[in-house]
Amino acid sequence: MAADMINWSLLALEPPGWGGVLLAGLMNSIKIALGGYSLGLVLGTGGAFGKLYGGPVMRDLMEIYTTVVRAVPELVLILLLYYAGTDLLNRVSAALGYGSVDISGLAAGIFVIGVVQGAYSTEVLRGAILAVPAGQMEAARAFGMSPLMVMRRVTLPAMLPHALPGLSNLWLICTKDTALLAVVGFSELTLVTRQAAGTTKAYMLFFCAAGVLYLLLTLVSGLIIRVIEARARRGWAAR
Amino acid sequence: MTERAEAIAVRDLCKRFGALEVLKGISLTAREGEVIAIIGGSGSGKSTFLRCINMLEVPSSGSVAIRGEEIALRSDRRGGLVPSDRRQVQRLRARLGMVFQSFNLWQHMTIIQNVIEAPMHVLGVPRAEAIERGEALLRRVGLFDKRDVYPAFLSGGQQQRAAIARALAIQPHAMLFDEPTSALDPELVGEVLGVIGDLAKEQRTMILVTHEMKFARDVASHIVFLAHGVIEEQGPPEQIFGDPKSELLKKFISSSH
Repeated sequence: MAADMINWSLLALEPPGWGGVLLAGLMNSIKIALGGYSLGLVLGTGGAFGKLYGGPVMRDLMEIYTTVVRAVPELVLILLLYYAGTDLLNRVSAALGYGSVDISGLAAGIFVIGVVQGAYSTEVLRGAILAVPAGQMEAARAFGMSPLMVMRRVTLPAMLPHALPGLSNLWLICTKDTALLAVVGFSELTLVTRQAAGTTKAYMLFFCAAGVLYLLLTLVSGLIIRVIEARARRGWAAR
Repeated sequence: MTERAEAIAVRDLCKRFGALEVLKGISLTAREGEVIAIIGGSGSGKSTFLRCINMLEVPSSGSVAIRGEEIALRSDRRGGLVPSDRRQVQRLRARLGMVFQSFNLWQHMTIIQNVIEAPMHVLGVPRAEAIERGEALLRRVGLFDKRDVYPAFLSGGQQQRAAIARALAIQPHAMLFDEPTSALDPELVGEVLGVIGDLAKEQRTMILVTHEMKFARDVASHIVFLAHGVIEEQGPPEQIFGDPKSELLKKFISSSH
């Protein structure tokens, strides 16, 4: 029977089972996703405001950033930023006399995912800001708010409901993009799954297990997103 | 009898949008407690004029002074004017209560949050005090029971009354009304005009751009008729409506009945 062929004990949390390793990999994936996504939001907010309200130079820079990052395959970007990035950093630090620096896989991963996410969130946020009626910002200005306060008190909260569907998508993509970091040897879920499967030859079991973990991550994310979305849209009449 | 102080003084104001000259040299003074109604056909530049007072539109030339303090303007690279001191503009705006044609209540805030927003975050009023004053204002415009509701759930008339409470909450030196009833269904116009009429009786300084001729006649102390970017005629309501001199004004009044 097929059922007897599956050795479930391989998934035990304690060695010789690989369950604990898989969960640690999942935690690493989540850390990178959270970090990269947050960095991406910061870059995206800056990018969106730069594109909408910046001077000509700022706008061109942002345009180059979003065009290049969105044009190049993410895998290539990750390899480029990871290897070329660490190489560059080492050269700079060597030139400054600090010797070579050791860049943690986590920091590099967050940076790489953040840069990629930033380009996509720039466009999502730009669209969302444009969807806010101009009168909302105008009223804020008319009551004496500074540009920064208008952004903080009105533009950002008002555009959030417009941005959330796109941002939710980006978050889900982000959780799965972490798998690309396997190619640079970072122990996230996909890499540890490959190690577990390669060692035990239980390919079906481990890749299915990893699939289930990614699915769980998505389902839990969906619940949280729904709560955030309901909260952001509380000022909207039912439609 | 001593003349009351100038609340708003506009001198030789011109505004161009590209080649289009919307305002061609307008001078107007609103003294403390005066209610000035600006009337005129669409495209006459009424709203643009009002928006120049708090620099939502920056004039192409001319000057604006609020309570004797002239708003400093300087030339920018493209030959237009820009405020030279952003903080001055923000400080003066914070005491000019503006009411918009399309209400422009902040949709992500409840009514009371809308009302306390500028007092708390721009003027630095403590929260408890802002709420107390805000609730009193909402009671006054008949919206106390709607204080925790979001604007989208209110009728246009209710939203505009809330917007008036929001403008009153900053304890404005003067109020600017930009066609406050033009976006309302006819049956809701009355409740908003009622609130504005009460304010006018309190001797508040107000500049009111409106299409409601009867209302302008009832509440305004001074009527300004704008046509083609200039003040075609101005005077007390009895004179403007009872004995108009200019042909344009005669035509305008007869067509608006």
